[in-house]
Amino acid sequence: MIRRAGPRAWLRNWNGSITIVGLLLLWQLVFEIAGENAMAPPLATTLYLLQLLGTAVFWSNVAATGAAFLLALLIALALGLGIGFALGLHRFSHAVVEPVLVSLYAVPKVTLYPIVLLAFGIGLPAKVAFGAIHGVIPMAIFTMTAIRGLNPVLLKTARVLRLPHATVARSIILPSALPEIFTGIRVSFSLTLIGTLLGEMFGAQRGLGYLLMQAIGLQNVRMIMAVTLLLVLFAASVSVALLAIDRRLHRAVRDSMIA
Amino acid sequence: MQPATAVRLVLVALGVLLLEVLCRTGVIDHLTMPPPSEIARDLVALLASGQMNGAMLKTLLDVAIACGTATIAGVGVAVVIHARRALRQGLEPLFATYYAIPVYAFYPLFIVLFGLGDTPQILIGFMLAVVAVIMSTLNGLDRVSRVLRKTALVYRLGKLQTALHITLPCAAPYLMTGVKLAVAYAFIGVIGAEFIMSNTGIGYEISFAYNDFDNAIMYPLIVLILVLSIVVNAILSRWEAALLQRRTHR
Repeated sequence: MIRRAGPRAWLRNWNGSITIVGLLLLWQLVFEIAGENAMAPPLATTLYLLQLLGTAVFWSNVAATGAAFLLALLIALALGLGIGFALGLHRFSHAVVEPVLVSLYAVPKVTLYPIVLLAFGIGLPAKVAFGAIHGVIPMAIFTMTAIRGLNPVLLKTARVLRLPHATVARSIILPSALPEIFTGIRVSFSLTLIGTLLGEMFGAQRGLGYLLMQAIGLQNVRMIMAVTLLLVLFAASVSVALLAIDRRLHRAVRDSMIA
Repeated sequence: MQPATAVRLVLVALGVLLLEVLCRTGVIDHLTMPPPSEIARDLVALLASGQMNGAMLKTLLDVAIACGTATIAGVGVAVVIHARRALRQGLEPLFATYYAIPVYAFYPLFIVLFGLGDTPQILIGFMLAVVAVIMSTLNGLDRVSRVLRKTALVYRLGKLQTALHITLPCAAPYLMTGVKLAVAYAFIGVIGAEFIMSNTGIGYEISFAYNDFDNAIMYPLIVLILVLSIVVNAILSRWEAALLQRRTHR
C-alpha cells in the first residue's frame, strides 16, 4: 500500500509544478502577443507586487479587504451552518426550502448589489453583507445535504440510547457530517472572497477591489496585474490547503466506515 | 401538487405580501424599495415599451455564446483529457482550485486586451462556465461502466459508434449537469461583467438606473434577471432529473 502511494504522490506533486510552469509560460506567451500596453509579463508583475507590498498604502487596502472578507466569511459560515443544521434535521422543511436554496445558488447575485447598497450604504457593512450573501447559500446547502445523508442507523442508535440532543449533535452528527461540511466551508470560502471583492469594485473607497477599479480607470496595467496575481496566489494557496484537509477528512470517514 | 411544493408557494407568496405591507406602511421607505405590486406594474410597462429589448437581446446573446462555446470546448477538453491519465492528473489540481480564483479580477485585464466590447464579458462567462462542463463531463465519462465498454469491443463498434450508442447515452445526465451549471455560470459571468463596467446589456442598465436613483427601472430589471435565471435553471434541472431517471431505469 505504502509502496504504491509513495511514487504516486510524488508524481502528483510533479504534475502540479508542471501545471504552474505551463501557466507561467502561457502568461509570458500572451504577453508577447498582446504587448506592453495591454499586459505585464510574469517577472515584472512579481517584482512590482513585491514593491507594492513594501508600501503602507497597499497594506491598508489589503487590510480593508481582509477585514471585510473575514467578517463576511464568519457570518456566512455561522448562518449557513445554522440554516443547514435546522433544515437537515427536519425533513419537511428540507423538502420545502431545498429547491429555493438551489435556485438562489444559480442566480447572478451581482444584480442584488444595488439593493444591498441601498439597505446598508457605501462602506464596510455593504461589502460584508455582499460577501456573506455569496457564501451563506453553499454553506447551507452542503451542511443540509451532509446531515440528510447521515446513516439513519446512527440517529436511531442515539434515540435508543436516549442520548441528550447536545451529545447527539456533538458526538454523532458533527463527526460523520464533518467532511461534507468542510467541503461547504471550502466552497463558501471562495464565493465569499468573490462576493467581497465584487462589493469593493462598486461601492467602496478602500480595498483591493477598489484598487482594481481605480487601476482600470487609470489604465494602470501593472497595478491590475499585480493585484490580480496577489488575489490568485492567495485564493489558490488557501484553496489547495483546504482541499488537502478536505480529502483527508473524507478518507478518514471512509476508513472508519470500513473498520 | 405535493404538500412541500404547496407550502413553498404559500411561503413565497407570504414573503412578497410581507414586503408589500412593509413598503406600503413606510417601514421600508420608497427610495430604498418600491412595493412589489409597483415593481410588477413597472416591469410590465418596461417590457411593453420595448426600450430594454436591445439590452436584453445583447445580454441573452452573450450568455448563449458564452455557454455554447463553454459547452463545446468543455466537452472536447474532457474527452481529450479522459483518455490521457498523466494530463488529467496534471490538470486536476488546477480544476480543483479553479473556482477559488476570483475570475472577475481578470475582467480589467480583458478590457485592456480586447476593448470594452462584448468579448471581455463573453470571456468571463466562458471562463466561469467551461471548467464546470469539463468536470461534469469527466465525471460522466468515469461512470460509463466497464462492461459496456467491453461490450462495444466485443461487437467491434467503431469509435464513432461507441460514442453515439454507449458513451453519450450513459454520460448524458452528467453532461446535462454540466450544461445546467454552464448556463448559470454564463449568466453570472456576463451580467456581473456588464455590471462592473460596460456600455450595454441588462447588467449595465441596472447599474445605470442605480446611479440615476431610478427605482422604476432598476427593480423591475433585477426581478426580471432573477425570474429568468430561476426559470431557466428549473427547466434544466427537470430535464436533468428526467435523464437521470431514464438512465437508472434502463
